[in-house]
Amino acid sequence: MSRRFTAKVVTANLLREGDVVYLTADDRWSPHHHEAELIEDEAHGQMRLLHATAQKLLVVGAYLADAKPGANGPEPTHFREAFRTRGPSNYAHGKQADFT
Amino acid sequence: MYSYSDFDEAFVRARVSQFSQQVERRLDGSLGEDEFRPLRLMNGLYLQLHAYMLRVAIPYGTLSPHQMRQLALIADTWDKGYGHFTTRQNIQFNWPKLPDVPAILSALADVEMHAIQTSGNCVRNVTADHFAGAAADEIADPRPYAELLRQWSTDHPEFQFLPRKFKIAITGSPNDRAVTRAHDIGLRMVRNAAGEPGFEVMVGGGLGRTPMIGVTVRDFLPEADLLPYVEAVLSVYNTLGRRDNKYKARIKITVHETGAEEITRMIEARFAELRPLFGGNDMKLLEEIRAAFAPPAFRNAPVDGHDAFYKADPVFRSWADTNLTAHRNAQYAIVTISLKAHGATPGDATSDQMRLMADLAERYGHGDLRISHEQNVILPHVHKSDLPSLHAALVQAGLGTANVGLLSDIIACPGMDYCALATARSIPVAQELATHFEALKLEHEIGPLKIKISGCINACGHHHVGHIGILGLDRAGVENYQITLGGDGTETAVIGDKTGPGFAYTEIVPAIERILRAYLGLRQEPSETFLQAFRRVGMEPFKAALYEVEGEKDAA
Repeated sequence: MSRRFTAKVVTANLLREGDVVYLTADDRWSPHHHEAELIEDEAHGQMRLLHATAQKLLVVGAYLADAKPGANGPEPTHFREAFRTRGPSNYAHGKQADFT
Repeated sequence: MYSYSDFDEAFVRARVSQFSQQVERRLDGSLGEDEFRPLRLMNGLYLQLHAYMLRVAIPYGTLSPHQMRQLALIADTWDKGYGHFTTRQNIQFNWPKLPDVPAILSALADVEMHAIQTSGNCVRNVTADHFAGAAADEIADPRPYAELLRQWSTDHPEFQFLPRKFKIAITGSPNDRAVTRAHDIGLRMVRNAAGEPGFEVMVGGGLGRTPMIGVTVRDFLPEADLLPYVEAVLSVYNTLGRRDNKYKARIKITVHETGAEEITRMIEARFAELRPLFGGNDMKLLEEIRAAFAPPAFRNAPVDGHDAFYKADPVFRSWADTNLTAHRNAQYAIVTISLKAHGATPGDATSDQMRLMADLAERYGHGDLRISHEQNVILPHVHKSDLPSLHAALVQAGLGTANVGLLSDIIACPGMDYCALATARSIPVAQELATHFEALKLEHEIGPLKIKISGCINACGHHHVGHIGILGLDRAGVENYQITLGGDGTETAVIGDKTGPGFAYTEIVPAIERILRAYLGLRQEPSETFLQAFRRVGMEPFKAALYEVEGEKDAA
């Protein structure tokens, strides 16, 4: 019996800048977690990951990260992924500074 | 200070040009990430949580003011105006962009610096006592040996693909300030019965997943045998090291699995083969290198002005009492500039602070700067008459914190605020500990204390050898902090003992406070340090202080 599939998003870092990005349903890379495509089917997740991994000139290290539906779109479930949505806690650097 | 030879210069420039082309090929798609990754790592470029990170070596922790200013320039031009000094005497830039890295490496090469071998399974930056050439207890300056090892290990064809990374630390004093017992090879200078200087050679120390204290394989190694002996150690490791299992690949496991006696025998046998192959050029080179580390022309001037100021000014006195160390010239002092202002990120310096430290080193410190593995900056040679002016300038720049060796002088790895390997944050724990105890005004009362924090099992924050060690873990999706007590990173090195179950992020600072209040209650007198008290009473009283409160809470 396989375990129930946990919803996922595809995330990676931009090749040139290194910034954290998320794959959207319309094949863009967004800096915002809530714009990501929430993947609720395992096979579809694998297809989306393949699609992401193939974009060698755009992103590095694509993987599937656990997520859950939220009011404004997908939200991270693990603290590591939550940190990746905003940046470090010691300075207002990274996304928390770029998008406020 | 050592200056690049034509060979060094050509080598570093060639590497910059090679890597620049590799970056170009990565950006145009001729190289995929799998091909590019090992190439960028060979040049110190990591991809971290939020961005790339460039790790630049500061060989044996020594910097000139010119180099420090260039680091500031790099921080301003291609990063976010600061740099992070690490526990391995490196500086890390946390926000470079890939297309800019060739320009950064080129700017580093302009001041005889590079990022080569700051990653990968090779001999990493050779670290040394940060008080080298100045300490009163020193037998000889360890840096010429470290420079010799750097030259020998850089691009050494046999040792570019070792089973795992390899770290060498060296101290010229019997008192170990370079944590040599926790390195793959630790070299501690000693004298033999005839009074000649040589090295105690320790092998197989290391922290990380399986912390171990190095085994002494030679009580006394004559200086002239240094390179062939180190090569013998690496050669044996290269043959025996476990390439089948990343977690068993460090030399500490090789030593453990082979046994101290057998590995010593193998090293000596290999040494006997290698020794005749070294014809003496290594020693000629060492002599040349040594000339570059000649002591500065010390000033001879009265120090009574300083003595009077020390008596009169309590703020200066407090700083002098914690941040100065005895210099071998009695008119001088070794100054440790704390990069641990209460609430600041341990080891971070802004570009303005870097430039100021460079200026002060020129004005008051014979143009010499050091980075310590404890993430502070050292001015090793300051005449005592200059200390009051130096202190005033430091205070103005927020660099005058009088806390070296105290609770808030915390080592912390970048943790999950930056590092892709981390399992929890370390920086905010360090910040909160420092501000919490500052508010309580307890740190001077507590006295000498080393708190070290790592954000994962790899132990970059040296938590195992902290008097109090804190290890951040991910327990079922929540940050959890494990405490160890009684660790020691000096010549009496000990791995700390775990207290028991860990604490949540919001509970770790109160937990440390319970430990320290227990210490204040049980110490025999104020001069009994935390470590001495722990050694006297053992774990139990601290365990009781830590966990009984929890028990009561559960019962309520």
